[in-house]
Amino acid sequence: MVLVYSDNKKLTFELLSKGSELAKDLGKKSTALIIGKNDDLLANEYISYGADNVFVAESDIDSFKAEEYAEILEKVINETGKDTILIGSNKNGKELASRLAGKLNAGCIVDCTNIYLKDNKITTERVVYSGNAISVEQFNSKPRILTISSKVFEPLKKDANRKGEIVKKKIETGKSSSKILKIKEAVTEDVNVEDADIIVSCGRGFKNKGDIKLANELADVLKGRTIGCSRPIAADLKWMSEDHWIGLSGHKVKPKLYIATGISGQIQHIAGMRDSGVIVAINKDPDALIFKSADYGIVGDLYEVLPKLTSAIKDKMS
Amino acid sequence: MNIIVCAKQVVDASEIKIDSSSNKPILEGIPKKISDIDKNALEEAIKIKEKHNGKITVVTVGSADAKERIKELLAMGADEGVLIPYPDKYDYHIVSTLLAEAIKKIGEYDIILCGEASTDLFSGQIGPKIAGLLDISQITYAQSVNAEKDKVTAERNMGEKSVTSESSYPVLITVTKEINEPRLPSLMQILGAANKPINEWDIESLVVGLEPKIKTVELKGVSMDRKNIVFENNLDDSVGKLVDNLAKDGVLG
Ligand SMILES: Cc1cc2nc3c(=O)[nH]c(=O)nc-3n(C[C@H](O)[C@H](O)[C@H](O)COP(=O)(O)OP(=O)(O)OC[C@H]3O[C@@H](n4cnc5c(N)ncnc54)[C@H](O)[C@@H]3O)c2cc1C
Ligand SMILES: Nc1ncnc2c1ncn2[C@@H]1O[C@H](COP(=O)(O)O)[C@@H](O)[C@H]1O
Repeated sequence: MVLVYSDNKKLTFELLSKGSELAKDLGKKSTALIIGKNDDLLANEYISYGADNVFVAESDIDSFKAEEYAEILEKVINETGKDTILIGSNKNGKELASRLAGKLNAGCIVDCTNIYLKDNKITTERVVYSGNAISVEQFNSKPRILTISSKVFEPLKKDANRKGEIVKKKIETGKSSSKILKIKEAVTEDVNVEDADIIVSCGRGFKNKGDIKLANELADVLKGRTIGCSRPIAADLKWMSEDHWIGLSGHKVKPKLYIATGISGQIQHIAGMRDSGVIVAINKDPDALIFKSADYGIVGDLYEVLPKLTSAIKDKMS
Repeated sequence: MNIIVCAKQVVDASEIKIDSSSNKPILEGIPKKISDIDKNALEEAIKIKEKHNGKITVVTVGSADAKERIKELLAMGADEGVLIPYPDKYDYHIVSTLLAEAIKKIGEYDIILCGEASTDLFSGQIGPKIAGLLDISQITYAQSVNAEKDKVTAERNMGEKSVTSESSYPVLITVTKEINEPRLPSLMQILGAANKPINEWDIESLVVGLEPKIKTVELKGVSMDRKNIVFENNLDDSVGKLVDNLAKDGVLG
C-alpha cells in the first residue's frame, strides 16, 4: 500500500519508519523504491530499516530529471498498485511529487509535519501562513501523495534480521525535452543549524562579509555555537553557504538560545526560528519587527553591541 | 514569444493574528497582495518580452477582488489578464487544473512562469503540477534565465548545488526571489493599465465535474508569546541586563 521514495538515503530511512507504521496499522505492506542501478546493499539496508519489500526500477537515467522520474514513478505505481506515496521533501522530491500529482490527477500534500490515522483515514498536518497556523488535511481519493522533510520522523532502529523481498524491473522512459548542461557543487560548510543548541544569526545589518567574524566571536564564547543567517545573506550575497539559511524557505531551528543580529524580523525569517527557547534581537532600529518576536532585545548598532556582549558573556561564564 | 504568468492573490501573512478564544487564525480583513515571488515571475516575463517581443498574459484563480491585483500586474507590464473565480470548494488539484485548462484555452504559449512557492501556503506545488498536467518540461527554482529564440537555459538554485538546465519550448519555469528586482510601475503605466483587458472566465467554460482531492479538516492557530523586553538606553547597562537575564534563564551553557 505504501511506496516510499527519496534520493536521500537517510531521509528514506525516516520515511520508512512512518510508512511501515501506517502500512501496519492498515494491515498492508510498505515498499521502498530504488531508481537507477540495481543495488542489493542499499535494498537490504532499506529492509533493515523497516521496508517490507524493495522495488528496484532499473533505468539508465544518470541524473535526476523530474519529467523522467515522474514517469518512472507513474509506471511503478501502475505496476505495484500502491496508493499511498511518501516522497522525501527535498527540492528534487517536491517537484517530483507535484508533477506526479499532476500526471495522476492525484491529491498531494507537501511538507507534512505529522501523519496519523484518524477515523481510519490518513490525516496530515502542515505549517501554513508562515508558521501562524497548522492545516489538518485528509485525502478524498487515491492515490495519495505526501512529501516529508528530513528530521520530521525518527528512523527505526536498524535490524539486520528483518526479511523482505527485492523485486527488480527495467523501466523505460521517454526522453525529456530538458537537458542538464552543468552541475556546480556549492561549497557547504557542513554546519548543522537544526541540531544546534545556540545560534547566533546574521542579517543584512552586516555591512561586509568579513564583519561576520563579530558574530563568530560571540558564538565562540557560547557553547553549542553555530552561526545562522537570513535568506539574503545566503541567497543574494552568498556570504554564507545555504546550510546556514534559516526561515520559511531555509532550515527550521529550535535552539535553546537564538540571537538575531541585524535581522529585520520579516515573517519568513521568523517562520524558521519561532520554536526557539529564548530569542534575543539586536537591531539599531527601535521599530524593527524582530523585537515583537523576541524575549530580549537591545536597540543598538551591532558593531558596538556584539563586541561588548561577547566580552560580557565571557566574563559571566568564567 | 508568448508568455503566461500564473499569479496568486494572497493574504499578507505578517498581518495574521490568532483569535485566542477559538485558537484560529483570523483571515478576514487582512490586506491582500500578489504573492511576492509571482512579481519576480512577471518581471522575468517582461525582460524576456523586451528581448523577443510577444505577449504576456497573467492568469489568476482568485476571488473577485483579485481584479485589483491583476491591474497592478498590467501596470507593471503584462498585456492581458485572466481571472477565474475560486469554486465553492477547492484544493491544489482544482486550482492547478483550472490554471492548466485556462492555459490550454489561451492556446499559444512558449513559456509559463510561476513563483517558486506562494507566500501564504508555501507549497511550490502548482508549477510542477501544471507541467505534469500539460505534459511539458519543467525547470524549477530558476535564479537566472536566458531565453533564446528556440530554447531557454536557466541556472537552478538547488541548495547544495546549482544546476544549469536547457529546454526547448514550451516549458514551465518556476523562479526564485533572487532572480530579479520587480519594477515599480510609473504613474503613466498605472493609468495605461486601465485600458488593458481583464477576461473573467467562468469555471464551467473550462472544465466540469471537478472535485477536490484534499479536505481541510481544521486550521489551528499557532500563537507565539514572547517576553518582548527591550533595552534601549545605555549600552553597557543594556548588555549587562541582557547577560544577567540569559544567565537566569539558564541558556548560557
Ligand atoms: C517566499 C519567501 C520566502 C522567504 N524565505 C526566507 C527565509 O527562509 N529566511 C529569511 O531570512 N528570509 C526569507 N525571505 C525573505 C524575508 O522576507 C526578508 O526579506 C529577509 O528575512 C530579510 O533579511 P534581513 O533581515 O537580513 O535583511 P533586512 O530586512 O534588510 O534587515 C536588516 C536589518 O538590519 C538592521 N540593521 C542595519 N544596520 C544595522 C546595524 N549596524 N546594527 C544593527 N542593526 C542593523 C536594520 O534595522 C534592519 O532591521 C523570504 C521571502 C519570501 C517572499
Ligand atoms: N490561485 C492561483 N492563481 C494563479 N497562480 C497560482 C495560484 N496558486 C498558485 N499559483 C502559482 O503557483 C506558484 C506556487 O504556488 P504554491 O504551490 O501555492 O506554493 C505561485 O507562485 C503562483 O505562480
